[in-house]
Amino acid sequence: MIYRENGQFKTNYRDDKQIFPIAQDRWFVIGFILLAFTVAPYVFDDYVLKAILVPFLILSLAAIGVNILVGYCGQISLGSGAFMAVGAYLAYNAFVRIDGMPLIAAILIGGVFATVVGVVFGIPSLRVKGLYLAVATLAAQFFCDWAFARIKWFTNDSTSGSVAVGGLEVLGWSINTPTDKYLFCLGFLVVFGLLAKNLVRGAIGRQWMAIRDMDVAAAVIGIRPVYAKLSAFAVSSFIVGVAGGLWGFIHLGAWEPLAFSIDRSFQLLFIVIIGGMGSILGSIFGAAFIVILPIFLNQFLPFVGGLVGVSVSTAMVSHAEFMVFGALIVWFLIVEPHGLARLWGIAKQKLRLWPFPH
Amino acid sequence: MGFFIETVFGGLMAGVLYSLVALGFVLIFKASGVFNFAQGAMVLFAALSMARFSEWLPLWLGFENKILGNLLAFAISAAIMLAFAWLVERYVLRHLVNQEGVTLLMATLGITYFLDGFGQTLFGSSVYRIDVGMPKDPVFIFENVFPGGLLVSKEDFYSALVAAALVAVLTLFFQKTGTGRALRAVADDHQAAQSIGIPLNRMWVIVWFVAGITALVAGVIWGSKIGVQFSLTLVALKALPVIIIGGLTSVPGAIIGGLIIGVGEKLSEVYLGPALGGGIEIWFSYVLALFVLLVRPQGLFGEKIIDRV
Repeated sequence: MIYRENGQFKTNYRDDKQIFPIAQDRWFVIGFILLAFTVAPYVFDDYVLKAILVPFLILSLAAIGVNILVGYCGQISLGSGAFMAVGAYLAYNAFVRIDGMPLIAAILIGGVFATVVGVVFGIPSLRVKGLYLAVATLAAQFFCDWAFARIKWFTNDSTSGSVAVGGLEVLGWSINTPTDKYLFCLGFLVVFGLLAKNLVRGAIGRQWMAIRDMDVAAAVIGIRPVYAKLSAFAVSSFIVGVAGGLWGFIHLGAWEPLAFSIDRSFQLLFIVIIGGMGSILGSIFGAAFIVILPIFLNQFLPFVGGLVGVSVSTAMVSHAEFMVFGALIVWFLIVEPHGLARLWGIAKQKLRLWPFPH
Repeated sequence: MGFFIETVFGGLMAGVLYSLVALGFVLIFKASGVFNFAQGAMVLFAALSMARFSEWLPLWLGFENKILGNLLAFAISAAIMLAFAWLVERYVLRHLVNQEGVTLLMATLGITYFLDGFGQTLFGSSVYRIDVGMPKDPVFIFENVFPGGLLVSKEDFYSALVAAALVAVLTLFFQKTGTGRALRAVADDHQAAQSIGIPLNRMWVIVWFVAGITALVAGVIWGSKIGVQFSLTLVALKALPVIIIGGLTSVPGAIIGGLIIGVGEKLSEVYLGPALGGGIEIWFSYVLALFVLLVRPQGLFGEKIIDRV
């Protein structure tokens, strides 16, 4: 009833090419973002902002990056954690070593270095694909794990091997409270989300998708595979690197290489699979899901255990988390390969007809 | 010189174990085209089951005999791996027939996570011991050739023997039995195999079971060496570069690749490690695999099945 595009005529190409062609969608998203900026910091308490929303926002950003590579260009990557690490550590070095380096510039510099590393490890993708590429990206993961743990230069010769940043501020706005952190990350997510959305619906995004769907056919119609694949690696690892910088600077504050281990890579891949491959919105859904599920299980399992008279330890909860994630991955791959984003799409389609059956 | 040979020897022994894990990968890849990321998790799961049952069974049934306990535990673990193979085929692979390789890879990632969680829920998550009576004492050999001789662990030697025996049995199975022939037919050409009446689904169960058995053997050897713990899965991840180097479809490739990685790792750690700050074992094999991918993507012995783009 409410959700209808009846009467919304598109009279020129500009109307036709909007991100949200249906007015209700557009207003909903704009309203949602405005609420997120203005009301949300007052509604949620510090714990929710700090422990749920900030990781959620940063993981969404990283997942958007991974989705560009895996979902849009079809190149599997198990090295996203490494690119996050490159972003975080190089941003740290830029921030610490250069006096008066602005925070945002440092994070972007981290992203640029992540781009370089991503392209270097993306070069094998020109010769191999799929399964083989998974191993090539794993090489990136293990190499970076080692490099940041062992090469002293990256950690600014810190004795413990962990690094810490302090005194974060942007143009006099110092980022200390959870609210500040939340707003800062939200700003990044909105800007990069919009950027990514526009990239994937433009010429370059179509090239990525053509390569994903059938590389030979794409090459035949004049898409350069080298350019398309490496650009996907570049854009993806830039965004992932920026997310890594945020994860280190804003979320953790002090970190060591373990924060960006192979588990992080798997986690990002799972976000993309569950959220929906080839969907920007899906990355955000997936991140929300993967942040909330462990918290839910933590509350829910002891409760269920209490009902049947079994005490559930934290170790059991963490194992159950593994099992649930594993089963969900398989379930989504079999039943709904396009993930939560597709379910959302189906719901919207149903809503257009509601309350009538046809 | 003696030290060098000792290092090579140690590397070979580690390489045998990598080969065993890699063998499981290759078997499954050949028969079903699935790049089975879960092989490492299968090693951990099988080893956990073996360790726990060999501990539980004597308690439950009230006997003291260690050999009997180990044998029973091995049989039960093998049965569990069979059930696992059947479940994977029935509930995962059957629904993903004809999907792209990447999808299947991600599905096995899901299986990995599930198996890791399930195994630790069922069997507990501390470090367990498998005691199959392998001698632990080191011995000196070639004392008349080198001054001081070479120090090798007897355990390594026996595990290499077990691994060799397993490979021999597998070779016999694949060459001489009807099922083995059917498996090779499936590996060569799915459609042709199906058209002459080989049941693909059952073959997948069998091949996952065989991979499960190799995982079990690898798990037992490894578990008796370093104890059964979660880090086994990480060690098993090393099998990935092994099959890249050896070739995805080649059983000899898996074995030789494993040996190359084992030796290369140890030598690089000993001779290059100090210059680079140590700990390069972690990534050496992967970077080696990366170069092999760039130069010879099909690996040393693999068929040229990669589509060039």
